[in-house]
Order: sequence, then structure tokens, then C-alpha cells
Amino acid sequence: MLGSIYALVALGYTMVYGILGLINFAHGEVVMIGSMIAISVVVTIGTGSGLPGPVVVLAGVGIAIPACMLLGALLERVAYRPLRDAPRLTALITAIGMSIVLQNLAMIVWGRQYISFPPLLPSEPHAVLGATVTGTQVIIVMLTLALMGALLLLIHRTRLGRAMRATSQSPALAGLMGVDVNRIILFTFMIGSALAAVAGVMIAGYYGQAHYHMGFMLGLKAFTAAVLGGIGNVSGAMLGGLALGVIESLGAGYIGALTGGFLGSHYQDVFAFAVLILVLVFRPSGLLGERVAERA
Amino acid sequence: MLAVRSLQLGYGAIVAVRGIDLDVGAGELVAVIGANGAGKTTSLRGIAGALPARTGSIVFDGEDITGLPVHQRVARGMSLVPEGRGIFARLTVAENLDMGAYLRRDAAGVRADLERSYALFPRLGERRRQLAGTLSGGEQQMLAIARALMGRPRLLLLDEPSMGLAPLVTRLIFDTIRSIAAERVSILLIEQNARAALELASRAYVLEGGRVTLAGPSADLLSSEAVRKAYLGE
Repeated sequence: MLGSIYALVALGYTMVYGILGLINFAHGEVVMIGSMIAISVVVTIGTGSGLPGPVVVLAGVGIAIPACMLLGALLERVAYRPLRDAPRLTALITAIGMSIVLQNLAMIVWGRQYISFPPLLPSEPHAVLGATVTGTQVIIVMLTLALMGALLLLIHRTRLGRAMRATSQSPALAGLMGVDVNRIILFTFMIGSALAAVAGVMIAGYYGQAHYHMGFMLGLKAFTAAVLGGIGNVSGAMLGGLALGVIESLGAGYIGALTGGFLGSHYQDVFAFAVLILVLVFRPSGLLGERVAERA
Repeated sequence: MLAVRSLQLGYGAIVAVRGIDLDVGAGELVAVIGANGAGKTTSLRGIAGALPARTGSIVFDGEDITGLPVHQRVARGMSLVPEGRGIFARLTVAENLDMGAYLRRDAAGVRADLERSYALFPRLGERRRQLAGTLSGGEQQMLAIARALMGRPRLLLLDEPSMGLAPLVTRLIFDTIRSIAAERVSILLIEQNARAALELASRAYVLEGGRVTLAGPSADLLSSEAVRKAYLGE
């Protein structure tokens, strides 16, 4: 469940890395802005409009997606494109800078407090194979799988996807084929941001709240998921996200029993970063990655 | 077809090409020869748009394209086969060829040309589903040329097509270039193998230190004392 959200966000990291070799640390903030916009929309039209809950949420998603795509495009155009030929560290620091800018912008617009997502989605529990799931969780997982399927089709079966893969291998060579490389890069940011928007709405709907600082931890974890799967590898990001979600949930569930109650489930966050360290030490190329070695 | 005037190119503080004039007529095969570091590859990259011009002009088909980005020059019918087999190693052979036809919208024509590529280079047909990175050096060069032809270019820019290839493969590549030229595609060929290039081309330029030092019909250059000494090893 949590894993699907990580996976969607990790895709944004990995696609941008695959093409630019840039870790877009502002990506978590795009998710956060997606959450915030969706909540604003839902609260505005949801209270007293009499529309059914899911329709209102869908409207929120429908507005968050284009808004985030615009934001992603803006980031690329304004912050990253001028630095295309600059040393990588410069772009990385810029990404961290953009992350801070967006956080503070969100704090000014939406305030410092947690803002809550109205309970519009089905939350009554069902028992499935001994586990307890809610309708919302089922929707999240199904939607994630559908989006991943669509993304894989786009990348592997369409002309645009072929141009994206060619550009990630060699932008110069792709240009010689007549590919407008700048457009492909812009497009990659926009697709990643659209997925981030969906993830943002999911996480707001799941936890029932959003906060201007939520993108930071989420972004780091999704980045971990991307590294776990092999950064630059799209299927790897999907796998890494799902795996990280499972590791975290199991870890949080059992950590009390394992440490004799010394550490509780609020140590959940430890697992993601333990995974990051282990992967970086023992298999820096990730589960499915072999491209990192080639680039280094 | 192509008219280059006082083109100057460089990298950072280095000036690699110091103002060259160069023409390629319609359907003509023109060669550029010269030693390592003479500015041959740089010139070609400048013409293709992969490197911005410092000064000078490039006119293609009567249109000044000096300021156009590389993908728009491709759209106007120019295609560069980069040196060292620039292929997409992690795309299949068929996908590489499709990339060559990236700007074309006539699906039927592209399919027909794909079959033509496989007829021209049967090895590519046999390996169409293989990743291009797994091909041999000669096959990769065939793929790079076939891919450039997929775009139906009117001007083909070839950068050292024989580099690092076995003599037998080199002969095959040169035969292919000759047959492409016979179909009235203009070709600008850069080669270190000066003799082969001069035998193939109708005219040639000699580049030294970023300047054109000699130019003329290939036959004249082949018999010129200076060329024979410096480039033909006689």
C-alpha cells in the first residue's frame, strides 16, 4: 500500500536520473504540492456541494495533476535547464535549493499546521485472506498498478517512449536522429510530476492529512526505493517502491517483538535508511540496475 | 546543396576549425582528408549542428541554417553518421533503425525502408531483435549507416566510417557508400584512409591545422606531390 506510493514517487526520481543524471531532490515537494492542491480543491467543492465523495476526490486529482505537471515543467525550465552543462554538483545543490523554496512557498500559502483531508473515501474495513483492507487501499493499489502498466507501455511501445529511451542513452545521438532533446526532457519531468500528483492525493487520502513538510521524508524514502531498484531503471523503481513498503511495514510491525519492546513502531523510518545504506554498501547498482556502473 | 563559408568552430578556449570554405553539390560525393586533430570531425559536427558555429555561415539548399539546432537540421534532410559507431547500445537493431526514421510520418514508407535496410545488410535482418550493443564493430557501422538512411536524407555526413574495421568490412562499407551516392544522395565523407576516400569521391578537401590547405578534383589530389607524400605514404 505504502509501497505503491513510494513506487509512484520513485518513478519520478528514476526517470529524471535516467535522462539527466540528476537527482531531483525537489520531487518530494512536487508530491506535497499535489496533496495540498487536491485538498484545497476537495475542501472548496466538497463542503455542501452534495456530490458523492469519490467524484469530489477525482476532481481534486484532476486539478492536482495538471498543476503538478506545470510545476515540474517550470522546475526544469527555470532551475535545471540553465545548468544542463554545469557540473553535476551544481545541479544537485540547485535541486536541494528548489526543495527548500517549494517547502517555504507551501508554508506561506497553506500555513504551518496539518491540514486535513475530508473523509470522503470508503474507509470501512474488509477482511481479505486474513488481512484487513479498506476500499481506499484497494483503489490505491489498483490505480498504481494501472499507472505503472500505462507508463511501461508508453516507454516501450510508443514513438515518444523510444525517443525517451534513446535520449537517456545519449542525448547528443538522439538529437542527430531529429529528436528535440529539450522537449523530451521537459516531458519526462511532466510525466514524473503527474505521477507525483497522484501519489500526493493518495497519501493525503490515506493519512487523512497533509503538511508543508511531508514531501521531505517521503521524497527521501522514494529516492531510497529508486536506489534499491537500481536508479535509472523504471521497472526497478516500481519493484524498489513496493519492496520498501513491505520492508517498512513488516519492520514496524515486528520491531517491538524483536527488541523486547525497547524500540516501538515509531522507529519505522529507520528501515528505509537502513536499506539505503545496505544497498549502497553491498549492491550500489540496485536490484535491477546495471546502468550505474556504466555511467560512473 | 551545402555551402560552408569561413566557418570557425571550437571548444572552450580552443579554436579547432579556423574558418573553412566547403561546398557539396547535389548528388556529389565529396571527401575531407587530413591527419588526426586537423579539425575534420569538428567541421562535420559544426555542419550537423552538434557544435555551434563561432563565426561564418552554413547554407543548406539555399537556406541559412547556421543558427538552427541539430534536430531542425535533421528535419531539413541532413543526417550525420558519427564516428566510432554512434548507435544506441541498449535499443534493439530494429529500434535503432526506427529512431533513424523518427521524424517521418509515413508508416508504410518506413516499413518498406526497414525491409530495404535488411536487404542491404542481411546481417542486420538476422539480428533485428538483438540489442545493438551486442553487434560486432562492422555490424554496428552498418547499423549506423542504415539508420541514417532511414531518415531519407538528401545530405549524408559520414565521419570515419572505416575506423577500426577489418579490411574486408571496410570494403563492404565503401561499396555501400558508392551505391548510396549512385542514388543521388549528396555525401560528405571524412576519412583517414585517404586513398580509399579519394578513389570514392569526385572532389576532396585537405584539412591541416583547422584550415583547408588543398582542394580540387580527387584525381588531381591523388597525383599531387604534397598529398602523395603526406597522406598516401609514398
